[in-house]
Amino acid sequence: MEALLGARLTLALSIFAFLSLLTTSFSQQIQILNAERRIDLTSHIVKVFLTLKVENTGTAPANEVLLAFPPTQVDHLAVVKAKAATGRRKKRTYITLDVKPTELPDAPNGAKYFIISLLNPLNSGETATLEVLYMLTHSLEPFPAEISQSEPQLVYYHDSAIILSPYLIKQQTTFIKTPTSKVESFTRVEPTNRVSTELKYGPYEDRTPYSFSPIIVHFENNNPFAVVEELVREVEISHWGNLQITEHYKLVHAGARHKGVFSRVEYQSRPSHSGISSFKHLLARLPPRVHSVYYRDEIGNISSSHLRTDYRKSELEIEPRYPLFGGWKATFVIGYGLPLQDFLFESSDGKRYLNFSFGCPLAETVVDKLTIKVVLPEGSKDPSIVVPFPVEQHLETKYSYLDVVGRTVLVLEKKNVVPEHNSPFQVYYTFNQMFVLAEPLMLVSAFFFFFVACVAYLHIDLSIHKPSQHFAKF
Amino acid sequence: MADPENAKEATTLRYAFGNVLSFFILLLIGVLAFWIRLFSVIKYESVIHEFDPYFNYRVTQFLTKNGIYDFWNWFDDRTWYPLGRVIGGTVYPGLTLTAGTIWWILNSLNIPLSVETVCVFTAPIFSAFASWATYLLTKEVKGAGAGLTAAALLAMVPSYISRSVAGSYDNEAVAIFALIFTFYLYIKTLNTGSLFYATLNALAYFYMVCSWGGYTFIINLIPMHVLLCIVTGRYSSRLYIAYAPLVVLGTLLAALVPVVGFNAVMTSEHFASFLVFIIIHVVAFVYYIKGILSPKMFKVAVTLVVSVGLVVCCAVMAILIALVASSPTKGWSGRSLSLLDPTYASKYIPIIASVSEHQPPTWPSYFMDINVLAFLVPAGIIACFLPLSDASSFVVLYIVTSVYFSGVMVRLMLVLAPAACVMSGIALSESFSVFTRSIKFQLHGLSGSSQVDSGDASSSTVVAQNDAGKAEKTEDTAKERPSKKSKKKEKGIVDKPSLKAKIERRLLVLPFEASIFAILLLVLLGAFYVVHCVWAAAEAYSAPSIVLTSYSHDGGLHVFDDFREAYAWLSHNTEVDDKVASWWDYGYQTTAMANRTVIVDNNTWNNTHIATVGTAMSSPEKAAWEIFNSLDVKYVLVVFGGLVGYPSDDINKFLWMVRIGGGVFPHIKEPDYLRDGQYRIDSQATPTMLNCLMYKLSYYRFVETDGRGFDRVRQTEIGKKNFKLTHFEEVFTTHHWMVRIYKLKPPRNRIRGKTKKPRSQKTSSTTRTKRSAATKRNPWH
Repeated sequence: MEALLGARLTLALSIFAFLSLLTTSFSQQIQILNAERRIDLTSHIVKVFLTLKVENTGTAPANEVLLAFPPTQVDHLAVVKAKAATGRRKKRTYITLDVKPTELPDAPNGAKYFIISLLNPLNSGETATLEVLYMLTHSLEPFPAEISQSEPQLVYYHDSAIILSPYLIKQQTTFIKTPTSKVESFTRVEPTNRVSTELKYGPYEDRTPYSFSPIIVHFENNNPFAVVEELVREVEISHWGNLQITEHYKLVHAGARHKGVFSRVEYQSRPSHSGISSFKHLLARLPPRVHSVYYRDEIGNISSSHLRTDYRKSELEIEPRYPLFGGWKATFVIGYGLPLQDFLFESSDGKRYLNFSFGCPLAETVVDKLTIKVVLPEGSKDPSIVVPFPVEQHLETKYSYLDVVGRTVLVLEKKNVVPEHNSPFQVYYTFNQMFVLAEPLMLVSAFFFFFVACVAYLHIDLSIHKPSQHFAKF
Repeated sequence: MADPENAKEATTLRYAFGNVLSFFILLLIGVLAFWIRLFSVIKYESVIHEFDPYFNYRVTQFLTKNGIYDFWNWFDDRTWYPLGRVIGGTVYPGLTLTAGTIWWILNSLNIPLSVETVCVFTAPIFSAFASWATYLLTKEVKGAGAGLTAAALLAMVPSYISRSVAGSYDNEAVAIFALIFTFYLYIKTLNTGSLFYATLNALAYFYMVCSWGGYTFIINLIPMHVLLCIVTGRYSSRLYIAYAPLVVLGTLLAALVPVVGFNAVMTSEHFASFLVFIIIHVVAFVYYIKGILSPKMFKVAVTLVVSVGLVVCCAVMAILIALVASSPTKGWSGRSLSLLDPTYASKYIPIIASVSEHQPPTWPSYFMDINVLAFLVPAGIIACFLPLSDASSFVVLYIVTSVYFSGVMVRLMLVLAPAACVMSGIALSESFSVFTRSIKFQLHGLSGSSQVDSGDASSSTVVAQNDAGKAEKTEDTAKERPSKKSKKKEKGIVDKPSLKAKIERRLLVLPFEASIFAILLLVLLGAFYVVHCVWAAAEAYSAPSIVLTSYSHDGGLHVFDDFREAYAWLSHNTEVDDKVASWWDYGYQTTAMANRTVIVDNNTWNNTHIATVGTAMSSPEKAAWEIFNSLDVKYVLVVFGGLVGYPSDDINKFLWMVRIGGGVFPHIKEPDYLRDGQYRIDSQATPTMLNCLMYKLSYYRFVETDGRGFDRVRQTEIGKKNFKLTHFEEVFTTHHWMVRIYKLKPPRNRIRGKTKKPRSQKTSSTTRTKRSAATKRNPWH
């Protein structure tokens, strides 16, 4: 009761603090001394590294720092991570900070916010350095939207030259890195200059909160735009010692759509000029000691794959049935088995837990919708899950080989998944080892009763009319 | 031997042991039949093979997804566009329902096998059943020993393997089992006179009707046998019980199958059974009258009935003939007619002749498909005449008719295979029995001859039994089966111990060395057969034909997976309702693997429609475009083997396109495509050939691959090297160029013509005349 009261109190207090913050406006309290933004456009996942030097100019200590994003970017935002940098130069260490999306009532033009909770409150006059990493997916818009086989792929990137922020920024610079030096055009917001693959915007001084200056960069990007529209990973735990993983992929090339003819002769004879934005290989990084790997689709095995294993990792290089040009799709299934002892552990309280990696094993791909199904063995109880980021989850029941009560399936769903999400998650459950023997015993007893029935049948005489004892004559 | 009681116990024990032994032998035969068919899965993958199995697979998928009622009412709008096809009413449902049931049972036991897996393994499972059915059939004819031999032979006969390897999910896979089992139940009924087996026989016949169009073989063979029995004076009440319920129940049940329906009473294939049905009743009636009348009265009755009967018969015959004559094909379907007249198909129906499995077989194919059985069959026939029973006369009739039919079509070699196995099983078993008996006689001639001479019937049988037992031991090294056989043979003699048989047995004794040598030779023959069968199963018949492999010089395996590449591309990168035109061979695969609507498929029920596609393929580009456009076709798929040397491509099938197309649309004339009586694509080719759509789609930009356009299948350089397509555009070509997919270009925009009106006066008039000429060519106008 007291704990509840305390929680309420803190909640009320925090709301109060929040409201008071609003009324006093952040910009008054916090300002950013220096901001440096590096936007990496080399792949189709846009990575932005933001270094903020924050100073508390107000009187009260500040607990939180806000990040603002234009609404168009928020929809494509896959990851926002923040770290606090402490120490100087070589002794610099980073501590991961909590980042949560939040809503503010008076956000201009529908700007969305993420709130970074600082570890130690920032007293007035103090400064702190924050490293923020965020990733955007589907943010490179192909233009022209349709290209033929011989054309390279050109894309647009929209952003603002000035960092959108609710705070006053004293000084800021933005660097944009393009994959090649082939940049068709870019918006100039002086001072702007371009050195081979790098565009530099800034430095800009003393920009007021919510300053915005839209820019467009039009450049060539022939990296594979491999997007998995839907990925269903099924992880099946068998206490006989195997972890079976089945992954169903719906792959699409999300770059500029392929237009007109596909000429095999050009594709084969001039690989450097023809279809450079297409891709035919994908690399899946699988855990070490993987076995029984298969790669197929609904019409059978796909023979073009190579598996390389060593003691640290396994690499499966797969080729879809045909090279993927813009807009082309392919579906396939990858399945493999893993030794259970590498992934299943016993926790201190007697529970078992599975420690497995979230995300998609394919390198450099975006997953629009990821579903992970963890199939627990029959008879396991109290499933719970620990994931380092928010996911939707629910329970299902699955019937597999000779199941009677069915297996509990934990279903995790997440949209917009990038390779950054490949971090381990844990599933806790309790399981009685005796259940392992349930199915063999069932089979044994079924056969036993069958044979008993056979023996009984052979010894029962069901005929109504007994023929006279002919065999006595023998 | 001294104590008859002990000997009796020993014999019963030996029977029990023999039963267990034969049970395990049968089990092993079943396992052998299953495993020998798994070469395709091990060497390639677990995948559906070839063409027709893909259709069956698709139907099974539909069945498992939508249930049985939707299956009966299924109107498939994905084939034969725009006509569609009523699947539920035109398909033999036996196979599909069988696999669907297996899948359903497994899934209700929570064994989550996919439909594909079930379909792949249906054929091997049923070949195990078929070998067991062969055991039962041969056992009824000549005893258990012959049965086991025949079962072992059938388990690995190449002819049957060719149709039932894992993945070959076709009607024949279950139909051969149904065929043999029906024959078994018929013989069983004939031997026992049990109405229970007669009913089962009708049910087995029903299953056969469900499974395969070859059921007409049964419904003609059994009446023939019944007639043979009647003519040779072997009529009995058992024959009546074996036949009458089969015709009545069987016909009623057969009429329940939608694809047969009223054909079961309307077509001439079934008339023989009704005729014999009438005859057997007349005969039965005569026998009955004969039983109750005195011989004098009977003679009077006979003259009376015969005179009246003749008149009635003539009238009935006249009506029948009139009925049959009134139907256009004389009541016979084309495929059945081509059975009776082997030249019928090639003369009148090119679409039947175009299928390679409808061609008459060559001599090597007999050796390939039944191997040493071909030499054993005559011996088996002789064995069947010693002595001739109802059952053995049936097998003789079976082998004679099936030899004829297999000579008509390669495909029917499959019907010959079980008969050949039964015959060879009998032959092998009988000859082993003769040789082992000779050996036994020689071995025991010194010690036991006095007893045999002096002993009465019972003691001699005991000796025989003991001999059999010893023979079993001595022969263990060679084979177990023949020894069992000899024992059963002995048993047969025990049942009917006659003086004649004993004398005969004495006379059949061969010299000791000769017997040993002959047994060795027979074992060698069997070994040769086994080696051949394993080779055939592993090398000749296990290729799924949608995946091709070749070995490179350094021993590496190269996989040609172009068909699935193309189908996967179609299924993922075209609209769901797009229509794909191709030659009919690829229809089933396109619907099943790519899930796209096709114009024609392997069902070949509508000759005109196929001829339309054939016409389009053999027309120049513009006319072809118009035909395809009128059929709403968006993509055209051609198979081209010229780059990698894949011989069964569309250019090699092109003569059938021309022939079938020309058969319906006379403006396609075969001589236009021929130079010196040959289809040529090199510089000697006719201009019609070089301008037809098939040539252009196959060789479009082919010259750019090696600079001179060398076709590795035809082993020539192509005739016309550089040309452009005006109405089609290449949208996809697979890795080895084996499948090429073209898209129909949209028609020209008309507005452009309007704006340039004054200048294009002349050209528009020419195009109009061209168009009118083209429309005349288009069969859809």
